[in-house]
Amino acid sequence: MEEKAIICKELTKQFGDFYAVNKISFEVSKGEIFGFLGANGAGKTTAMRILCGLSYPSSGTASVAGFDVYRQQESIKKNIGYMSQKFSLYENLTVLENIEFFGGVYGVSRKEIKERSNDLLETLGLQKESRKMVGELPLGWKQKLAFSVAIFHRPKIVFLDEPTGGVDPVTRRQFWDMIYEAAASGITVFVTTHYMDEAEYCNRISVMVDGRVEALDTPANLKHQFSADTIDEVFYQLARGAKRSAD
Amino acid sequence: MKQLFVFIRKEFFHVFRDRRTLLIMFGLPVVQILLFGFALTNEVKNAHIVISDNSGDVQTLQIINKIRASSYFTVEESVLNYKAIEKAFRRGEVKCALIFPAHFSEDLKHGGKTQVQIIADGSDPNTAKTIINYLTAIITDYQQQSSSSGLAYRIIPETRMLYNEEGNGSLNFIPGVMALILMIVCTALTSVSVVKEKELGTMEILLVSPFKPVLVLIAKAVPYLVLSFANFTLIVLLSVFVLDVEIKGSVILLFVESTLFIITCLSLGLLISNATSSQQTALLLSLMGMMLPTMIFTGFMFPLENMPWIFRMISNIVPAHWYFLIIKAVMLKGLGFEYIWKETLILIGMTIALLGIALKNFKIRL
Ligand SMILES: Nc1ncnc2c1ncn2[C@@H]1O[C@H](COP(=O)(O)OP(=O)(O)OP(=O)(O)O)[C@@H](O)[C@H]1O
Ligand SMILES: [Mg+2]
Repeated sequence: MEEKAIICKELTKQFGDFYAVNKISFEVSKGEIFGFLGANGAGKTTAMRILCGLSYPSSGTASVAGFDVYRQQESIKKNIGYMSQKFSLYENLTVLENIEFFGGVYGVSRKEIKERSNDLLETLGLQKESRKMVGELPLGWKQKLAFSVAIFHRPKIVFLDEPTGGVDPVTRRQFWDMIYEAAASGITVFVTTHYMDEAEYCNRISVMVDGRVEALDTPANLKHQFSADTIDEVFYQLARGAKRSAD
Repeated sequence: MKQLFVFIRKEFFHVFRDRRTLLIMFGLPVVQILLFGFALTNEVKNAHIVISDNSGDVQTLQIINKIRASSYFTVEESVLNYKAIEKAFRRGEVKCALIFPAHFSEDLKHGGKTQVQIIADGSDPNTAKTIINYLTAIITDYQQQSSSSGLAYRIIPETRMLYNEEGNGSLNFIPGVMALILMIVCTALTSVSVVKEKELGTMEILLVSPFKPVLVLIAKAVPYLVLSFANFTLIVLLSVFVLDVEIKGSVILLFVESTLFIITCLSLGLLISNATSSQQTALLLSLMGMMLPTMIFTGFMFPLENMPWIFRMISNIVPAHWYFLIIKAVMLKGLGFEYIWKETLILIGMTIALLGIALKNFKIRL
């Protein structure tokens, strides 16, 4: 039987009488790359925060890596990596110091940190820059580094909130190569994006509109279902009815 | 534990790379101490004093001439009552009044002793004290001269500081500056450093990690504890070696009490960081919310005893007020722990309460 990495049932988050996330249900299999699409303000970040144990849902159930989001947030935290929408490495620490810090905070041993950071710097081609302040790196490199840091402790699931925002197409391509590599090593990837071409790279995608999941399938099936040539078109058909404007 | 160490190390990186903050942190005490220090050593020259001679005999005249002869005073003679003296003080025309009682000479002849009254304007305590010292010295000098000519006189100067009976101000500024600087540095820097993580979004990453949120706060506070301790040492050294202030009590006690107060300030900083999510607000809250009360309610700038009762009431809930009392007692009066345990206890209580609230309110869910 195939185990599920994430299970959501009727998950809801309410701010006052506003439903940021409205009864969403879906499952993500282990090792899957799951694209979580939606226009600005659809509720993607809010849903992701619940799954990461950063906030409690108002109702519904969800489990991440087999742990309940209400009662087992601490266990969830040990099994996930998270890259937030805001760039969140320390700009006034060097590349190496950032890696050492986040590795240490996630409880990776010193020896492991040393080994893995060497490998990491090599794959990223950042050996020469390892003692440079992160603030001096170009955005694309920063994002790649942030992703590497998010999976440095080898989590079961990694949550990526618009990881490629503002990054050039070439670097985006490289970024997705890294995501594939992570998925191949068994990490489940839960990713939000605004780039529809990126949606095509996912195993399955869901499209969120005004807090609800309106469609969920493989990119190919969705295109077929909406008789569209691209995911962009699918998205447009769905998002047309959206009431929320950009936040 | 190892994670905590990693975290603290990171905080030190942040601190040491922020040259400007470091400069402010260590520059502030130097500037403050030197400024206050120079303001302190003001020589008194041509201070206006009024002499009220109710006796008018040979001896009072001799003393008055002696005073006139010194370059320190501009003397005005008139018979004044207490009310008139006070009025002159209010208008700032006169700094000090010297009053000879009636029958000055006779008292000396028959009883061998008499009194003179010196009333100084205590709202400027440094000047007041200097004037009193000079006047007393002149009178003592006169007394010795007469004694050497065979007569054993005793003239007892009875001094009073109007508006500021205790003469608060002269050296009091040192404990005051200590409280002020620790308050500013600890509170502002800690709160800003926590809020910075919120603003940058790194707080979110930290909260997603298995690292205990409470440890985040502790790790944040540790570097500032160490730095503040260094800062305090600097202030003490400056006071002792530049301003020649003598530490009368136990130095260890001084440091222990100051460490306690540093922890109080750190707790306040953490509390502020809970309440805001922008660095500017945090800084503003720390500076305005902490600096002003410290200056007003410790009583080191304006004597508390002259303030309305409501101010004195409020001063009781200002931690710096208690710290000020403690340091004044230990450093300037040389008192031991048995005299300040009550104040210490109050400060400990406040610290526990503040720290408790700060830790409890720390938002670990967004
Ligand atoms: N703490 C909060 N209190 C009130 N409303 C909130 C809160 N957080 C988010 N919202 C609202 O919930 C809605 C969904 O926000 P969310 O950040 O989840 O959207 P998103 O899909 O991530 O959008 P984007 O693509 O712009 O990142 C928005 O309308 C937002 O204003
Ligand atoms: Mg978002």
